[in-house]
Parts: sequence; C-alpha cells; structure tokens
Amino acid sequence: MGKTIIPIGPYHPLQEEPEFFTLTVEGETVVDIDVRIGYNHRGIEKLSEMKTFENSTFVVERICGICSTSHPFAYTRAVEDIFPMEVSMRSKYIRTIIAEGERLHSHLLWLGLAGHFLGYNTVYMWAWKLREEILDVMEILSGNRNNYAMFKPGGVRRDIRSEDIPICISKIDSIVPTLVMLKKAVLDDPVLHARLKGVGIMSYQDAIDFSALGPTSRASGVARDVRKDSPYGAYQEMEWDMIVTKNGDVFDKAVVRILEMFETIKILKYCLNNLPDGEIDAKIKDVPPGEGIGHIEAPRGETFHYVKSDGTNRPMRHKVRAPTFMNFPTYKATVKGQTISDATIILAAIDPCYCCTERIAVKDDKGRMLYNGQDLIRLSREKTEKIRQRMGGK
Amino acid sequence: MIRQELLLDFTSRFHADILDLEDKSNTRVYVNITPESIVRIGNYLFRNVGARFNIATATDMPPKIEILYHFIVEDINLLISLRVFLDREKPEIESLAKEIEAFNWIEREMSELLGITFIGHPDPRRLLLSDNWPEGVCPLRQDYEEWDITADRTRGV
Amino acid sequence: MSLKLKALLKSPWVFHLSTGSCNNCDIETLDCLTPRFDIERFGMLLVGSIKHADVLLVSGSCNRMSVERMKELFEQVPKPCLVVAIGTCAGSRGIFKDSYNCPVPLDKIIPVDVYIPGCPPKPEAIIAGAVKLIEKVGSTL
Ligand code: SF4
Repeated sequence: MGKTIIPIGPYHPLQEEPEFFTLTVEGETVVDIDVRIGYNHRGIEKLSEMKTFENSTFVVERICGICSTSHPFAYTRAVEDIFPMEVSMRSKYIRTIIAEGERLHSHLLWLGLAGHFLGYNTVYMWAWKLREEILDVMEILSGNRNNYAMFKPGGVRRDIRSEDIPICISKIDSIVPTLVMLKKAVLDDPVLHARLKGVGIMSYQDAIDFSALGPTSRASGVARDVRKDSPYGAYQEMEWDMIVTKNGDVFDKAVVRILEMFETIKILKYCLNNLPDGEIDAKIKDVPPGEGIGHIEAPRGETFHYVKSDGTNRPMRHKVRAPTFMNFPTYKATVKGQTISDATIILAAIDPCYCCTERIAVKDDKGRMLYNGQDLIRLSREKTEKIRQRMGGK
Repeated sequence: MIRQELLLDFTSRFHADILDLEDKSNTRVYVNITPESIVRIGNYLFRNVGARFNIATATDMPPKIEILYHFIVEDINLLISLRVFLDREKPEIESLAKEIEAFNWIEREMSELLGITFIGHPDPRRLLLSDNWPEGVCPLRQDYEEWDITADRTRGV
Repeated sequence: MSLKLKALLKSPWVFHLSTGSCNNCDIETLDCLTPRFDIERFGMLLVGSIKHADVLLVSGSCNRMSVERMKELFEQVPKPCLVVAIGTCAGSRGIFKDSYNCPVPLDKIIPVDVYIPGCPPKPEAIIAGAVKLIEKVGSTL
C-alpha cells in the first residue's frame, strides 16, 4: 500500500511550540511523524533583554495565555535566585493561590477540549462552564480573567482582601459536586474506556529519554513534580498527594489531570483559609551581577527560566523553556503505529493548546485536500459511535 | 546518594575535565568544563546518575559564547549546570542529541538563534525561524541588527 | 455584493485564525461559544474550514511564518469577508512591537473592519464587537 503524507497544522499558541506536523500514513496507520514549529515565535527572549527586570514580568506573562502565571512565577524565582533571597510568607501564599487557580482552569480547559475531540461535546460544555467559576475567582483576586499581572520580583503586586476570601471559597466549593459528577462520567464511561485505553502509550523509558514533564510523564509512572521535589511557594505547608499512574496511555493522562484537580482544590482552600499576615513586597532596588534559575510546576509540567544579570537594570540573557518544548517531541514515540482517527486525541493528550488540532488538514502527496480538521474530528466521532454500537448502544 | 557524595564522586571521576566548580547554594552547582568532555559528562549525568535534563541555555558574551547545560537530580533537589565556553567566531561543539532524544530540539534552537554548530546532530534543520530568514543572521547575538527593510516599527492602526 | 452582505449578517460564520498569539485571545473567543456567553444566539458559528467562513477573527502579532499562511488563507475566503482584529496584539502588536519576528502589523497586511482591544478582551467585549460589526455593516446597506 502506498504511503500518504499528511500535513497537520500549523498554529500552536505556546511560545515556542506552534507546529506543523507531517504524518506519514499507510492506509489508516501512522508510520512516521515529523514536526515543524515556529509559527508562534515572537522573540520573547530578545524582547525581555530590552525591558527592565520588573517590566519583563509582563512580557513573560504573554508567552502563553493559559500559563500566564507559571512563566512570571518561574521568572521572578529566577531573579530572586540571583541574590539569592526569600520572599515573605504572605506573598508565597498569594503566589500559590494564583498558580493553583490557573492549574484548575487549565485542566478543566484540557478536559473540555479532549471531550470535544472525542465527540463528547457535553463534556466540553460542562467543563468550560465550570471553568467560568474559576475565572470569576481569579477575577475577584487579581482583577482580570487571564494575564493576572500579580507577580513581581520580590513579592506580589496586589494583595488579597480578606473580605473576598469567603466568596472565593464558596465559588470553589460550588464546583466540587459537578466536578465529582464529571469525574464519574468520564472515568466510568465504557465508551471512553474503549476509546482511550491503550491508545498512544508512552513507556516509562520513553518518558525518561524525552525528559517528559508534568502530567504527561506522571501518567507513565515517573513520579516527578517540582512542587514536591524542590519545594517552592507554600506547597510544603500542607498535605497533598502527587498523582501517578503507570500505563502511559491517553486514558491515564486524563486520569492524572482529573484527580489532580481535586488536589488543587485542596491546596487552594488551605491557602485561602490560612493566609498569613505580612508584607507582600520586598522592594528590590538593584539586581547584582550574577545568574539565577527558577523552575516551577506549571499545569503542563516544569517551566524553566534562566536569567543572567550584568548589574544593569535589564537582564542580559533570559532563557525561557516552556514544558511543551520537552513534551512535544514525545509524539515521535506515541503516535507511530496508531490510526489517524486516534491521532487527534493523542496529539491533544499532552495538553498542547487546541489551535493546532483545530487546524488539522489531511492532504495526499500531490497536495490535494482529503480531510480537514472537521473531517478528522468527524472520523474520531464516528469511531466513538461505532464502539458505542458494538457495546450495545449504551 | 546524598549531595556531598555525588559531588565528590563526580569531581573525582572527571577531575581532568573540570576547570572550576562553583557551589552557589544548596540547590545550585555550576561546573565549568572543557567543551570536549561534554558528551561524556552529559551522558554520565543523564544515564548513570539519573538526572533529568532541564534545558540548555546559550549566551553570547563577546569574545566567547557560553552554553549552560542544566541537569536536575530530583531525589536530592540539586541543579547541576555544566558550563562550556566556545569560540565566538567558530562556535562548534559535539552534539548530545545523537544519544539522548531530549537534546534534539534545544540544539536545533541554539544553532539557529546563536549560530552554534552541533557536530553530528541527527536532524539539523530549522526549528523556530521562518524559511525566508537569511542564513547566518542570529537574532540572539549581541550585535544583531534589523536586516528586514520592510519591517514597520510603528503602532499601525 | 450588498445582497450577499445582507444575507451574511443574518448568520455570520466565523473562522478563527491565530497568527502568533499567546492563546488567551483564542481561548476567550472559544469561550464565547460556551454556555455562559453562547454567541450562537446571534447565529454565529465557529467553522473549521476557511471556505465556509464569512468573518475572519484574527488574533496575534503576525509573525513571519504565520503571515505567509494568513495571506494564503485570506485569498481563499469567499468574498465579501469581514476581518475582526481581536486583542491588542492584532491591533497594534502591543508589547511585541519591537520583536524581530513580528515585522508588520496586521492592518498593513489585510484590511481590518473592527478592532477589539484588550489583552485579552473579555468575551463580553468580543460579543459587543461582533454586534457593532453587524450594525456597522448593516447601516451601509
Ligand atoms: S492581545 Fe494579549 S491576550 Fe491577546 S494574544 Fe496578544 S498578548 Fe495574548
């Protein structure tokens, strides 16, 4: 059977990870995959060298909309590592609250989109409806739905008012029953089991070799989480569990994310209830020459920032490594040997953003359009439907 | 393995290649090594010590180019950064991507943004910049100047 | 032409194009579809193929690689087509003005009908922008 080349893409919205895939398929089976990224490269590292240390937080915030906390968090930690210095307990708690709120809405976003790609639009609508509540909480705390601008080297920019805390807690509590229902609906659904189990498996060794991060690697049994391994913020103050599963397929990646949301709610509520008093800003004046590294656990894995200062008020070098930069190449291990209709969900399983998968186009080697993104989603849905019927129309 | 043991073992094993070791803090160690030894040391850290590769960062510091390879040993929370200095006119270093997948993308990125050649890289294509970007122009070099005469730096609208 | 435009306004189908955005604008656009905002009330539908689109929602600061794609896509849209620039990035490139990879602002590349400022604009603002677009075009008929 002749080989067919399928270009997928481009567009992916994290800083360095927009991509253009080329899948080589034989019949229905994917035999090779190649990636071309760069559709989103905006030269943030260079831009950051033109800004002052404080202004750079705003630039890194705009690397990725959904990770708009993790990048400033890692960046401020990198700047603080130059001295090195510790920030006050209150600002640590506030940082943790914002970071966990982001994790919660980011995982909900992923869950919704994964549902969408599988043809479960109900899951999509439910998850995004829940996400709105979290965005409301974030709006109360920071003043904006995304791009919170809460971080600055040495502390946080805005305090949390004590009268806002009960509202936030009640909002967070209000989503728990629905989240439990959603968890049951997703994890006990026989069709989803048939659809996701054993699909796109990444083995433990692959996870190590690719240095995969975050939920993507924790689903393969790699028990690594920056929040546990090199504690920062307020994470060592309370009890919470790291979720690790061992199968490495798409289903396990979903399980990890769903269970992690409950841990996140635990952390969030603890922090809101036990917010200590104190200063929120250490008022850094000058940054001495030197270099610093900050790494934190973003929703998708470890975000890594490296800042070098030469004693002026601008960073001399600022390196940003977003988690997807390491997670992306794992496609090479997971997509091969799978069918095209599963490719969408495997591509979505490491939680890139939806833009890429929206714009999938399948062409034959002469460049004629065979399928576009809609068709692939349709194929994916048809498969779900077939499985459903085989199982007796559940 | 505790921190002290690991560092002792590391320094005695590679003492010929290590130029300088800076123990910055509890969790950070910067090791200055010779460029020729990077593959051996990188492989040792990744395979034998079980460190995770974080990322590599290259900086243009005329007259040298500096590359830092960051490895983290998670069990003891220690970030080891291997530092190598390359000649700015002809920056070349052995590629680690031949053996470890995780180095693949970052080496491609460094080679196009800073013009470093990675000898023996399995897939040395462009990664980030567009295809019409001129060969040999490296945006992260200190002396980068705008080459595109059509570029418009006004606000538009 | 005007008949086509009139028909278009009843139910504008939108195609969403990101040209090197930070993703927030894209997510807020998608948010408009979800139960709380539900932009489908106005007959708007997000379509997956540019060939079906009447309105192009562009976000992002037009980087070198995606600009080529955008020009191609703009050729393929059935005309008349309206272009909405979502977010500060698409409007003026905002913080990315001096980036080496974002050379030209969006409105110097393709004609833009409506700008929705904000970083990111709230879904309410996007809906208001869409309504204004319909009013503006409707009044010229
Ligand atoms: S306008 Fe702001 S939110 Fe929108 S893409 Fe640009 S940086 Fe992101």
